[in-house]
Amino acid sequence: MNRIKQLFREKKNILSIYYTAGYPNTGDTIQIAEALQKSGADILEIGFPYSDPVADGPVIQASSKQSLDQGMTLKLLFEQLKELRKNVTIPVLLMGYVNPVLQFGVEKFCEACAEVGVDGCIVPDLPMVEYEEFYKDCFEKHNLANVFLITPQTAEERIRKIDGLTNGFIYLLSSSATTGKNLEVGNTTEAYFSRIKGMDLKNPTMIGFGISDKQTFDKACSYANGAIIGTAFVKAISEGNLEENISNFMKKFKD
Amino acid sequence: MKYKVNEKGYYGDFGGAYIPEMLYPNVEELRQNYLKIIADPDFQKEFHQLLKDYVGRPSPLYLAKRYSERYGVNIFLKREDLNHTGAHKINNTIGQILLAEKLGKKRIIAETGAGQHGVATATVCALRNLECVIYMGEVDIERQAPNVARMKMLGAKVVPASSGSKTLKDATNEAMRDWINNPVDTHYIIGSVVGPHPYPDMVAIFQSIISEETKKQLLAQTGNDQPDYVLACVGGGSNAMGMFYHFMDDENVKLIAVEAAGKGVSSGFSAATTYLGNEGVLHGSRSILMQTPDGQVVEPHSVSAGLDYPGIGPQHAHLFKTGRGQYVSITDEESLEAGLLCTKLEGIIPAIESAHALAYLEKMQFKGGENVVVCLSGRGDKDLDTYIKYFNL
Ligand SMILES: Cc1ncc(COP(=O)(O)O)c(C=O)c1O
Repeated sequence: MNRIKQLFREKKNILSIYYTAGYPNTGDTIQIAEALQKSGADILEIGFPYSDPVADGPVIQASSKQSLDQGMTLKLLFEQLKELRKNVTIPVLLMGYVNPVLQFGVEKFCEACAEVGVDGCIVPDLPMVEYEEFYKDCFEKHNLANVFLITPQTAEERIRKIDGLTNGFIYLLSSSATTGKNLEVGNTTEAYFSRIKGMDLKNPTMIGFGISDKQTFDKACSYANGAIIGTAFVKAISEGNLEENISNFMKKFKD
Repeated sequence: MKYKVNEKGYYGDFGGAYIPEMLYPNVEELRQNYLKIIADPDFQKEFHQLLKDYVGRPSPLYLAKRYSERYGVNIFLKREDLNHTGAHKINNTIGQILLAEKLGKKRIIAETGAGQHGVATATVCALRNLECVIYMGEVDIERQAPNVARMKMLGAKVVPASSGSKTLKDATNEAMRDWINNPVDTHYIIGSVVGPHPYPDMVAIFQSIISEETKKQLLAQTGNDQPDYVLACVGGGSNAMGMFYHFMDDENVKLIAVEAAGKGVSSGFSAATTYLGNEGVLHGSRSILMQTPDGQVVEPHSVSAGLDYPGIGPQHAHLFKTGRGQYVSITDEESLEAGLLCTKLEGIIPAIESAHALAYLEKMQFKGGENVVVCLSGRGDKDLDTYIKYFNL
């Protein structure tokens, strides 16, 4: 069975960690994946870097730039990911912008994902209509989930449509913001999370953007199946010993 | 109509709206409303009134005698440089500010390269009393200092973009990030025919006043509303699209778009997008852009800040691919020399962007007697520093 489906069936309070491939060093991609699994991450979102990441704040912009400057490419990433399933058994998604995928070739990209054991993708600037028309068949042929984002401004009808097209989970943005903004759960955010919870969607939901500590993580888990941490993790591994940084960071979320 | 946008937001293979979900409600709101608002008689009345009384339109179509003698043809200059604020950019900002008001927006953001679009945006914000934030690359802030001062004087906040090559592309990224973070009260006035649908179409409609007037003026001056050639420079492509708009379906009018070759198309310091680029997605639309085989956007170079952009609008990509338009390029040096030539021959100091279009006249093979229209998209005041340095003035 599909790793993502199985995870959501079996587990609550799911912790998903985003990191940028090739950061802090080009060769770190697999080591980070293994260390994260060991210290309790439930899902990995591996970012393939892009030169113009418009949905990202300064931290992920900087990690993307450093990774690219050091020579990371989508091709190299797939080379590295051949080692992924030696030890990593949790679900893994690739996250990035559409242009590198287009240049790589959509069909070839999906094939490569399936070959190395990637379970799904998050491509924030790939619109739903384009996905439906040009990508969906290919994704489904290779058993890839495609995760869509929704924000407090996304209309109900559109959320229903997204729910129908998704076969992994739905990525709930705590607010319309670039990555790295802090989560402030005020009344309006709470109302939004409750509204989504009340919609009884077929897909599980994960809350992302601005989760940085145990408190915000727990809060998010009270409204969704789990939460996604990106910027805070990327910051935490920027310098020093990788294994130590990862295990210290992850301890904060497990007691 | 064969070169216009279809109901899905595409021009042939190009266009669409490749945007993150955070931008969807804003872009969708625009898409659903722009044609309706623009077609409204009250909107049209106010738009044209402002173009006339505030911008100073129609801009003259000037038969440049000494240029014409030099090439043995009739060279007409469409004088967008005489518009208020000194370039064609204001045609679009007037249109978009009225539209933003109709949509109830309170805050305006924009990107700028040469600073012309930033000034044109700050100007209409002052005029309509709206908050204004302009994103501008650090490199451009330096090379277009007078325009930075103008924007500040007009009440705009100028925010430096310090990522990437610190030019127009990076300013556009920052503006998009701002819009993501301010999803409700803000309108983004994109300055060229780029961005997600409906921007390329909307900006083209506002700039189409250029060719609408040109046709009438040509008819009055020559008895024929169709010239043999129209030429314009292309950064994102808005002055060119305005100049081409009403000629696109007249297949015997040759459309020539001039890109910036920078230090030469093969020098590694160029912005000649159609020559160096291939198909991909940049800033929300599928078009042609300069990129690596891995799909990373390549940093462009041009002496002219307004042309220093690694992409072109999707409609241009379509005109290029179908062969309807001829896309050529001019180097930094050729453009500066052409700027000086224009000044000496006609007493007009052109923007370095516009000088790219003029420079191509030197390379054209004429039979003699043809009618040629060049879009003089802006004046050169902002570029004096660059001219001074290059010519040791
Ligand atoms: C005078 C002038 N011409 C041309 C351009 C290039 O823009 P576009 O290709 O959208 O006309 C600019 C941009 O700043 C400009 O200031």
